[in-house]
Amino acid sequence: MAVITMREAISQALWEEMERDERVFIMGEEVGVWGGTYAVTKGFYDHFGPKRVRDTPIAEMVIVGAANGAAMAGLKPVAELMTINFAFVAMDQIVNHSAKLHNMFGGQFTVPIVIRAVGGGGRQLGSTHSQTPDAIFAHFPGLKVVAPGTPGDAKGLLKTAIRSKDPVMFIEHATLYQQRGEVPDEEYLEPIGVSKVQRNGSDVTIVTYSKMLQTSMKAAEQLAGEGIEAEIVDLRSLRPLDMDPVIASVKRTNRAVIAEEGWRSYGVGSEVAARLQEDAFDYLDAPIKRVAQAEVPLPYNRELEQMALPQVDDVVQAVKEVL
Amino acid sequence: MKKTELLKLYHEMVLVRQLEEKAAELYQKGKIGGFLHLYIGQEAVGSGVLAARRPEDRVITAYRDHGIAIASGMEAKVVMAELLGKVTGSSKGKGGSMHMADVDLNFWGGHAIVGAHLPLAAGLALADQYSGNEAATICMFGDGATNIGYFHEALNLSMVWKLPVLWLCENNQYGMGTAIDRASAVSDIRQKAEGYGMPSACVNGMDVLAVREATMDALEYVRKEGPMFLEAMTYRFMGHSMGDPERYREKEEVQKYREDDPIGIFRKRLIEDFNFKETALDKEDEKVAEEIQEAVQFAESSPDPAPEALFEDLYTNELE
Repeated sequence: MAVITMREAISQALWEEMERDERVFIMGEEVGVWGGTYAVTKGFYDHFGPKRVRDTPIAEMVIVGAANGAAMAGLKPVAELMTINFAFVAMDQIVNHSAKLHNMFGGQFTVPIVIRAVGGGGRQLGSTHSQTPDAIFAHFPGLKVVAPGTPGDAKGLLKTAIRSKDPVMFIEHATLYQQRGEVPDEEYLEPIGVSKVQRNGSDVTIVTYSKMLQTSMKAAEQLAGEGIEAEIVDLRSLRPLDMDPVIASVKRTNRAVIAEEGWRSYGVGSEVAARLQEDAFDYLDAPIKRVAQAEVPLPYNRELEQMALPQVDDVVQAVKEVL
Repeated sequence: MKKTELLKLYHEMVLVRQLEEKAAELYQKGKIGGFLHLYIGQEAVGSGVLAARRPEDRVITAYRDHGIAIASGMEAKVVMAELLGKVTGSSKGKGGSMHMADVDLNFWGGHAIVGAHLPLAAGLALADQYSGNEAATICMFGDGATNIGYFHEALNLSMVWKLPVLWLCENNQYGMGTAIDRASAVSDIRQKAEGYGMPSACVNGMDVLAVREATMDALEYVRKEGPMFLEAMTYRFMGHSMGDPERYREKEEVQKYREDDPIGIFRKRLIEDFNFKETALDKEDEKVAEEIQEAVQFAESSPDPAPEALFEDLYTNELE
């Protein structure tokens, strides 16, 4: 297995799927000549040409909208939103169209679009460019929402998303692009809607995904030094949400902490906690703890920003509280 | 045009009219739910435009879509069944009045968020350009849609990428109850197309043959050169939707336009210029009435979607 970065993994997935299927193309702001603002599509324009690597105006409504239309007609667009914060500009296309067109017309056609969006805080970009609003997109039936936390999952999940006939919102975390991890040498796919145990442990279950998977892994190492073994379940997909491994784990550990980067209220943790009390109430020996972002717009100042974002220590603290 | 084609066009316009009159009646009886936006008065636009397209050309429109559905070739009974929410409807009862489509007829819907289908149209046209198809996409929308951001993003992108799309504005002079001059900075809508360097034309939307001809010319241009903007001047005889108190316009104004009924105008031309007998056209009207009766019977006797249909067609869960 090769060890590569998240950026390389996502880039490889796109490249391989474009080589595999002529219908796959990329459109978005600065994806072509520039090579992607996060350099994910560097070299694509020269190799695949302007037809398949399409620079667009800065116009998110038509980026997602035209990609939806092309998908209706049988192409496989990967629409890139430079940041997930700009997805709000395209919200009508995402929630009223990507998520609904297949169903609303009685299944006559599919909308096999992938919307790639980069989110997350921690880079001093101020409140409008630093959000982790993943839960919002997971609210809508009809859309699939994927948010990987390792290079291996990112590559396998993105390849599946591109081959999927259903619309997929693929959420990346900007501070994970340099994250390194093992990626199989041979061709592989990871299934959408399947959670994965990323670390075994018997004392507590940490439910997490995306950037907070890495944070939780560090917390688990620290806890291990104190003799506490945390099991980490990575959701990987927010819709469909696979609770089976979460419930199975909680039935063994009897304690749960949910760690997410977004805001606590109405968040991923709210959903997971609700489902745990519905399906694993009798197995819980302590109230479920949620680790999340402070409920403020994320400030520019580095110290304040880090104070608002959930850290390794917050996860460690939460675990100790439920033990 | 051959006489049979002319008669078919007449039949279609009368079908749209009678279907909607019946729909209004069924709505009052509570058999049709939700919103019902009638196309009455605008039939010459839909029928003229669709008479000009080739089968490979795609069409997409807004929520006032019954006339476009019929002109695309959808059967009256399928439209009626969708209005009644039946499983035999075009969208299996999940779309309703505003969301009809039949992709086998290259009719891509019925879209109810104002302006949102313009980017979809750009994407449909992109798919044909990408695949090297000769087809064009016809995107129909009202004057009200030209004030929303979608319109501007879609027109701009279509010019930048030279997409084979015909932007067809059905100017019925009101966006819901707000007259153009109260909602748009320019009352000559084509100026907006000019802003994107896009050629445009205007046609009398009450004259079905004029609309057909203008659309044929426009489509020829679109196939060779890229996007074009065609404005059809028309008028909505009924309210925006059922239950519109119509405080925004005078009864006299509506009456004035009703005298220019597109079906009346076409009927007169058929008799005067194409030697049709009045009795032949009356007979056609009767045939349509029978068709509508059958459509209602079909719709009413069709089953509602089964309870398990609630969760159908949400995800395919398929890879390709």
